[in-house]
Amino acid sequence: MSVLVLAELDNGALSASTARIVAAASQLGPVDLLVPGPAAAADQAATIAGIAKVIHAKEVVLADGLANLLAGLAEPYTVIAAAASTTGKDVMPRLAAKLDIQPVTDIVAIEAPNRFVRPVYAGNALETVTDGQAKHVLTFRASAFRPAASGNAAPIQPLDAQIASAARFIAAHRTQSDIPDLSTAQIVVGGGVSVGSAEGFKLVEQLGHVLGAAIGATRAAVDAGYAPNDWQVGQTGKIIAPDLYIAVGISGALQHLAGIQGAKKIIAINTDPEAPIVKIADLALIGDLFEILPQLTAELEKSGLKR
Amino acid sequence: MKILVAVKRVVDHNVRIRVRPDGSGVETNGVRMSMNPFCKHAVEAAVQLAEAGSADEVVIVSIGPKAANDVILTALAMGAHRGILVESDQSLETLVIAKLLARIVDEEQPDLVLLGKQAVDDDSNHVGQMLAALTDRPQATFASEIKLDGNALEVTREVDSGRETIALPLPAIVTADLRLNTPRNAALPMVMKARSKPLAVRPVAEFGVDLTPRLKVEQVASPPERAAGKRVNSVAELATAIAADINEMEAI
Ligand SMILES: Cc1cc2nc3c(=O)[nH]c(=O)nc-3n(C[C@H](O)[C@H](O)[C@H](O)COP(=O)(O)OP(=O)(O)OC[C@H]3O[C@@H](n4cnc5c(N)ncnc54)[C@H](O)[C@@H]3O)c2cc1C
Repeated sequence: MSVLVLAELDNGALSASTARIVAAASQLGPVDLLVPGPAAAADQAATIAGIAKVIHAKEVVLADGLANLLAGLAEPYTVIAAAASTTGKDVMPRLAAKLDIQPVTDIVAIEAPNRFVRPVYAGNALETVTDGQAKHVLTFRASAFRPAASGNAAPIQPLDAQIASAARFIAAHRTQSDIPDLSTAQIVVGGGVSVGSAEGFKLVEQLGHVLGAAIGATRAAVDAGYAPNDWQVGQTGKIIAPDLYIAVGISGALQHLAGIQGAKKIIAINTDPEAPIVKIADLALIGDLFEILPQLTAELEKSGLKR
Repeated sequence: MKILVAVKRVVDHNVRIRVRPDGSGVETNGVRMSMNPFCKHAVEAAVQLAEAGSADEVVIVSIGPKAANDVILTALAMGAHRGILVESDQSLETLVIAKLLARIVDEEQPDLVLLGKQAVDDDSNHVGQMLAALTDRPQATFASEIKLDGNALEVTREVDSGRETIALPLPAIVTADLRLNTPRNAALPMVMKARSKPLAVRPVAEFGVDLTPRLKVEQVASPPERAAGKRVNSVAELATAIAADINEMEAI
């Protein structure tokens, strides 16, 4: 089986999840990676282990263009795969319908070359499906796979396709920050609506900073304007699988839990001992976040963590 | 302008689902069902466009069992004009749903099709994008803002790294995210009135689409349960535990 993977790009740069998607897809066969972006991203992609060749195309950002680009390359491949990111979700079903294929998306485990596990009902059930089609269109949940190693020097083949899009890109509104990428971070500190304000969220960010963690938020916190929407963790936000998730003032509604089921360890800080998150947390401290966070941040700073 | 909105009847999002002991699926017997929340935002967006005078007809379509009439009635009570139920008792894959919707689009020729970004049962997030491919229309998924300007739509989308704004020529396909609007609860008189609005029921066989599934569902299982954890009683204890965890973590 030969596999074509669409690289995950963020603002023109290769995203950390690409190496994870390549690792997942490599289980199905040798991988060619399509990079529709700057040459620097293609160069970086060529170092990922498991890639046979990088196909480098001019930047294409909109779904109809990307689906057309992939459809044009699809013929020799048995599997066409991408991340279950907002780009993968936008493009791959469109591609699948063009190719008359039922896609299998948001895969968290590969059981056989055509048998996959995917969460349904906000992760409250896991469905195992066998894909009997001759060709497969797949998306993988990046956080469920370890990244591929680097050190490769795959050849880069330039692609000179003219891809038109009926839609037109107007503007990106990005959150600029130097905190780690939420969907692949090893440690995440999440804040809920009880943090009370964007100012209050600084307490969450300070703890995150000491731990080298990414910052997450509940939908309620995002809706209240305390945190940007790309921090939202949950069924409708990002699905994360860190080694450690620290939930600060978060009740643990099922839509939020959907986003953190892959977390290895959960720590809850909450005033309410009956909060659903406290019931599933590996470790809980009952108390007021406004008292706990500054003390905790100071203690951890003192302990000189090797982050 | 005519707007078509697709709505799905699903297990209510507040219900804690139960996987059937034999692994054949999720128990839906005797479980409260309602309109998929994302579809509700799509209906609300369409009704608001109609109220603003931008759209003159909002048509609701649902594909599912007879009982899916309920969710169409909900949409009609919210202010949509008429409904179509494509009746099928079979569970249908997203590609089939998109093909059926493409037939309806052929018949109705809407300028805009609005859908929820995903259904909270299968969590697929496919149908809008597939319908866009099959009808060869531009798409905007995860919409949190829609502005209509003559014959073009300006849509702000929620993406992993923030938000982005794109322009789509009509006809187009848009899928709704939760921040698009706050769906209304229809008042009782609207619910009564909804019953007198036209609702066509059409058997799925009428459309001549091959309904055979492409995927075989082998089993549905519950995810591993988390064991109840421990309590710590002080910040110092918590800091020690966190530091220990971090020192154990594998570097990646
Ligand atoms: C279709 C749908 C999709 C959704 N998708 C998502 C999603 O992706 N992500 C998501 O997060 N939500 C999602 N939600 C919303 C979800 O149902 C909850 O409303 C939300 O997660 C609650 O956020 P919260 O924990 O911040 O707020 P609350 O539920 O209000 O909880 C606040 C918590 O803070 C605690 N607290 C209060 N004061 C303090 C204090 N001083 N110190 C410490 N603790 C304190 C309280 O005890 C409580 O446990 C979705 C909802 C729907 C309907």
